[in-house]
Amino acid sequence: MSSEKTIPHSEAAAKFNKDVERVNWHDETLWFVRAKRDKSAHQIEDWELLRETASQIKFNVLSNIHDYLVEFEANAQRNGIIVHWAADAKEHNEIVHSIMAKHDVKQMVKSKSMLTEECHLNDYLAEKGIEVIDSDLGEYIVQLRKEPPSHIVLPAIHLKKEDVSETFHEHLGTEKGNFNPQYLTESARQSLRNTFLTRKVALTGVNFAVAETGEFVVCTNEGNADMGAHLADVHIACMGFEKLIPKREHLGVFLRLLARSATGQPITTFSSHFKKPRDGKEMHIVIVDNGRSTQLGREDFRNSLKCIRCGACMNTCPVYRRSGGHSYHNAVAGPIGSILAPNLDMSKNADLPFASTLCGSCTNVCPVKIDIHDQLYKWRQVLVKEGHTPKAKTIAMKTMATVLANPTVFNIAGKSGRFVMKNIPGMVNNKMNKWYDQREMPDVPEESFREWYKKNSRESKAKRDEQ
Amino acid sequence: MSSKGEILKRIKLNQPDLVSELPNLNLLGSEQFDVLETYKTVLKGIGGDPVEVANYDEIINYIKSNYNLEKRLITTLPELSEIASLDWKTVDPHSLQDVELTVIKAHFGVAENSGLWVTDDILGQRVAPFIAQYLAIIVHKKDLVPTMQQAYQRIGNMEYGFGTFIAGPSKTADIEQSLVLGAHGARGLIVFLLD
Repeated sequence: MSSEKTIPHSEAAAKFNKDVERVNWHDETLWFVRAKRDKSAHQIEDWELLRETASQIKFNVLSNIHDYLVEFEANAQRNGIIVHWAADAKEHNEIVHSIMAKHDVKQMVKSKSMLTEECHLNDYLAEKGIEVIDSDLGEYIVQLRKEPPSHIVLPAIHLKKEDVSETFHEHLGTEKGNFNPQYLTESARQSLRNTFLTRKVALTGVNFAVAETGEFVVCTNEGNADMGAHLADVHIACMGFEKLIPKREHLGVFLRLLARSATGQPITTFSSHFKKPRDGKEMHIVIVDNGRSTQLGREDFRNSLKCIRCGACMNTCPVYRRSGGHSYHNAVAGPIGSILAPNLDMSKNADLPFASTLCGSCTNVCPVKIDIHDQLYKWRQVLVKEGHTPKAKTIAMKTMATVLANPTVFNIAGKSGRFVMKNIPGMVNNKMNKWYDQREMPDVPEESFREWYKKNSRESKAKRDEQ
Repeated sequence: MSSKGEILKRIKLNQPDLVSELPNLNLLGSEQFDVLETYKTVLKGIGGDPVEVANYDEIINYIKSNYNLEKRLITTLPELSEIASLDWKTVDPHSLQDVELTVIKAHFGVAENSGLWVTDDILGQRVAPFIAQYLAIIVHKKDLVPTMQQAYQRIGNMEYGFGTFIAGPSKTADIEQSLVLGAHGARGLIVFLLD
């Protein structure tokens, strides 16, 4: 997957936009989730206080993360958990594989983990001859279709029930043309139950890890993480180091915010606290850096590490809703993904901070108060300065700067612009002009404001003189 | 080992110098509402069934009339030995795959989200509430707290190997946002609210 050429966001979005009906449906579906979030948030009197508290806890984490990690490791080890450290995606994948190899196991059941998506773990393990089955229903659907998830909380949100029906018919032998979600979910339940009952190794993500106690929390609605972990001999949990929080009592704050921000639920069905392995069984935790320590050092962008992966910023984003998660060519899509991605690879992801209207809606819904749209704006400046933006854009911006800085040039440009748009519109209304994409060009005014003002001020001066 | 040292070194170098203090959590959780009514409303809202009962006999009668006793029913509560078996705590967890109903007791419940706190010392086996087709959890009405703030005050330094909040039956909305109960875990959750 990583070797494939990246299609820029605007191109991928243009492709997604060809099916107008589907785009409208995608937009409305996500807005429905966003509306549920609002309703849920408004029911909590303390909502703003909760957001502020969560934000302050995360600031404290960022400034103490070294000590908290050391504390977490010591406590986790005391609990009987085996702790691993991975500097990058490659090392993360190797560690997971080494645990599988040690137990001589060729099959794994996985619950949702965006970190393993970020590290392309499935591809890596497949190359080593290990079969991975994703057990979250949405992830299972996209896995069968050989697609990545398009949303961090709702992996198959871009698909309609007809698509799922077709996929299940092909892979699970369900009735062709049966689009009933109840029926389709039941088929997946039966198929995955067999998987849970036969796997010796289960891998889960981590929502929160507690320094004070050495435990970690995994939140799901389906119970898939628990079915996997409690039936397997080995439980591997993978976490980015920013998932750490100081104390157990802080979970009260984050669990109140997470599901309400994500889907509008008061809490996920299961919020499971793993502290010790079952008797005679193994529990591993892999702590992953993969660029996070670099982001920590970028003052303007370090706040992105406060993210608790609720997806609220995506659901509210007018660009995400109309371009689809796959257009972001990154494990985490949407506004927060567009801040995280350039940290991983600036040249490959230089387009993403531009995939935003900077309307600020993402910042307003963020449960931990990350200044998302400000960071997107700041990334644009960094990317332009470091030469990662397209030449055409750079030239256009430089030209614009010259024109705007010089009144005479501005005047001439305005005049000729109006002349051209009026008399030879084809010169402007063509594919070369990016502003013409999806837009009607405006009617040309007879005169510029400056011309109007000059004339009028002359007239009003004359009037004043008469009086 | 080398990666650990390297990661921690980079983090120490890159983390902000100015240390932010932890906020005061005591400002939270002061919301006033009817705890029992809220609990029941929220539970119904997420697909669970609240049933108020005065004693264990009422629970036994309810289960008798709503579940097939021919199927495998398990519990951790000796009070329910008449209808459910107690001798499964040390069996291979995989063998619980044919369980129709698991009945357990929660330490306490949380009104704002209907979550019930259970830990492995009252679960019998960690997988028991997940693998059964249906789940029933008993909680005393006096053991309902308003919000998660009080919940974690109550948990405090409680020792456990595994603990979880269970809020409603297993569910998914991954197919076109249609809510379906019974994804991998229990298809239904009865909460017996005991006087």
